[in-house]
Amino acid sequence: MAEERGDPSERTGGSDPMEDPLEDHQHTTVMVVSSLSSRLEVSVAETEKRNGKNAMNMQETFTVYLVETRPVEPLADGRQPAPDSLWRRYSEFEILRSYLLVTYPAVVVSPLPEKRAEFVWHKLSADNMDPDFVERRRVGLENFLQRVTSHPVLSHDSILYQFLTEEQGWKEAVYDTGFQDKADSRLRALSATFRVRNPDRRFVEMKHYSDELQSHTSQLLRARARVADRLYGVYKVHGNYGRVFSEWSVLEKQMGDGLQSAGHHMDAYAASIDDILEEAEHYGDQLKEYLFYAEALRAVCRKHELSQYELELACQDLLSKKQQREELATGSVRTFSLKGMTSKLFGQEAPEQREARLHLLEEQISEGEQAVEERRSECQVHVGGAWVDVQRFRQQKDRDIREALIGYALMQISMCKKGVQMWSNTKECFLKM
Amino acid sequence: MIVGAPRGLQPVTGTTHPLSAVQETLSPVPDVTASCHIPNSSSSSSGGGGGDKEVVLTNGKPVETSSPASASSLLNRLQLDDDLEADTLDLYASTETRDLFVTVDDPKKHVSTMETYITYRVSTKTSRIEFDLPEYNLRRRYQDFDWLRMKLEDSQPTHLIPPLPEKFVMKGVVDRFSEEFVETRMKALDKFLKRVADHPVLSFNPHLNAFLTAKDLNKRQGLALLTKVGESVKQAAGGYKLRARPPEYCVMGEYLDTFNQKLGTMDRIAQRILKEQTEYLVELREYGSVYAGWAGSEDALTRPLEGVAGCVSTCCGAMEDLSEGMSQELLPVLREYVLYIESMKNVLKKRDQSQAEYEGRLEAAVIRKQEEKTPVPVEVEKCQDRVECFNADLKADWERWQSNKRQDFRQLLTSMADKNINYFEKCQSAWESLVSQLQDDQAENTNETNCD
Repeated sequence: MAEERGDPSERTGGSDPMEDPLEDHQHTTVMVVSSLSSRLEVSVAETEKRNGKNAMNMQETFTVYLVETRPVEPLADGRQPAPDSLWRRYSEFEILRSYLLVTYPAVVVSPLPEKRAEFVWHKLSADNMDPDFVERRRVGLENFLQRVTSHPVLSHDSILYQFLTEEQGWKEAVYDTGFQDKADSRLRALSATFRVRNPDRRFVEMKHYSDELQSHTSQLLRARARVADRLYGVYKVHGNYGRVFSEWSVLEKQMGDGLQSAGHHMDAYAASIDDILEEAEHYGDQLKEYLFYAEALRAVCRKHELSQYELELACQDLLSKKQQREELATGSVRTFSLKGMTSKLFGQEAPEQREARLHLLEEQISEGEQAVEERRSECQVHVGGAWVDVQRFRQQKDRDIREALIGYALMQISMCKKGVQMWSNTKECFLKM
Repeated sequence: MIVGAPRGLQPVTGTTHPLSAVQETLSPVPDVTASCHIPNSSSSSSGGGGGDKEVVLTNGKPVETSSPASASSLLNRLQLDDDLEADTLDLYASTETRDLFVTVDDPKKHVSTMETYITYRVSTKTSRIEFDLPEYNLRRRYQDFDWLRMKLEDSQPTHLIPPLPEKFVMKGVVDRFSEEFVETRMKALDKFLKRVADHPVLSFNPHLNAFLTAKDLNKRQGLALLTKVGESVKQAAGGYKLRARPPEYCVMGEYLDTFNQKLGTMDRIAQRILKEQTEYLVELREYGSVYAGWAGSEDALTRPLEGVAGCVSTCCGAMEDLSEGMSQELLPVLREYVLYIESMKNVLKKRDQSQAEYEGRLEAAVIRKQEEKTPVPVEVEKCQDRVECFNADLKADWERWQSNKRQDFRQLLTSMADKNINYFEKCQSAWESLVSQLQDDQAENTNETNCD
């Protein structure tokens, strides 16, 4: 280690990413670790409205979600075991996720479905109590649980297990972990971002990527909402044809029947957009998941910056202490210190004092060396784990987005088919005019 | 073209009007209206003769009042509620041997010191002997068409003259020389001329002949070739008030008003749809470009995202085509029919005037007759003939118009439906090819990760 040099080893463990034992293929493979999901089937089966008092002792209505767990293995007689279940509120999911974020800073933790409906187009409800919104949230919560229970690291967490199995004692248990205190202060994190000198380049790039991902997904969601609004308008205006054809058909004798039925088809066409757009929300939810994932990815990168920065600080501190010892030992003054100045002005200190100071410094240096080792180890562990999880995340993202795009294209095809059908029906009516 | 084809100046003679599909008599009172021709001699040449008319006249009833029974039969005929009738009409149309073909095409811009204007080539092919040559090709401008229409209206006031596209366009709002405008106008002029050429009476009008053949339209002088009917109708002074309009004409009038309203509504709807589609297009383009932008920051996802961007772009193109088609085809026809309705209403008004004059003169004559014992003056007879002629022409033209209207709208709306189908089909095929591309991409990537 280059500790003797004026350039303390601030690099992470001094090892080359390519030599990382976890990465010995061209394409990173995710270590296959048995996860909770291989033993336990998890789902969010139902939703219910409840009334209760909130934190400020005021009456409120909220939704609860039924979390069902069922062992994968069938019973001895071959039957499927009955599921266990408990009710959870959205806020409890939030606490669980916060706990996971703090406890596993090297993991890109799956996001929850959005707290409030955003990127809403015209007719889509922004109301949290709206049944469609609740249903989509249920799906999102189930997705969240399935992701964490199949994660190689997260799924082994005992608090997670308690969340799934213990309705009452869970909250106490999670607060007992003291995770809230372990959370990094925002100020420290921000400071690290600006002042870190030698972060792992891969994480710098990954952070940059997370910004891009966030920007693109949010742009896409906004543009999608605007397109939905406009498309809604196009379809609905055609409904006016329904009315005018109907009125016109009254005037005509031969043309009347054809016009009248054409009018009905136009009405149906105008009405069809509601379902089309509602179904399309699933795609929006898939995009939103990755919008929020971008934030989780950034958090991992920033954790690296923080741990790297702390390592650098520790090294710096150690270096300065060593320099002080050197000066004290050799009598040369290289660094400015108040003690040094005052000694110069007011005369040298007594040899006993010098001894005492040297002794103190030695202690501090020894502590400092330990601190540097600890920080370095923390940093390396984080980098190692984080890099693996980032790769896992990337592969997952590529798979998921590709699938989402396929789903989107299939939806478009279905919409086009409906359009062809409706206009063909209408054309038949026109031909009969 | 038609048996007993009327020549330029001669009105329809003999049997029933060739335009009407039904061979009924044209009025409830058989003896008076068996023929509708201008008495060109002082002696009464109508089938009934003065005596019959006297009988009618002593009743004090104007000839044209319809009894309720016959009114409904007229209504039935007018509204063509029998498919059989329609078929007869169509059949009639297809067995018509056309001997006059006209086309308007090839717009060209002319720049002179005084003005800039567009001319169109008007080509005629015909075997009619009224034309000196079998083929003509000359250039005409909008003004010339306008002149023709005016002349037709003046000389054939009992007939419905097809409409021309709008004359005035606001400078600065519409570009009179843009390809789109010229194209739309040209199509409308072509339609106008074809409709005139297809009309059994109008197509023999000498003004049309001049329009199609003369090197120079001597527009200022005007050809003094008014038909006798035309002249006399022109001379019909105002000041006569119509007392009772026969119900069939009221029905026509009401129909025109209501239909006009519906056309207006449809025009507004069509414009609104175009507007919404345009705004949709703007957002869709932006949406597509976001995918393209995202593709730039990915690697494994680049191709899929670019694929989606491309697909969205294709859909944009398809939507553009749809909008263009709608605005070029649908809107002009709606507007043309609004103008047609205006024409028709004018004809109805003139008919009313003609009837009013007749009734007025008749009343005056009856009074005088009772006092002075003089025979019914020729003037009144002339009026009566005019009214009968008018009514016959109008009804025939009305039926023709209804039939054409039905065909036009059936074709128009079917075409609109086709355009929409086409749009969705284009989009569908674009997305379908993307899906197979994406699925191949997916399979490829799954294999890659599995191979490790």
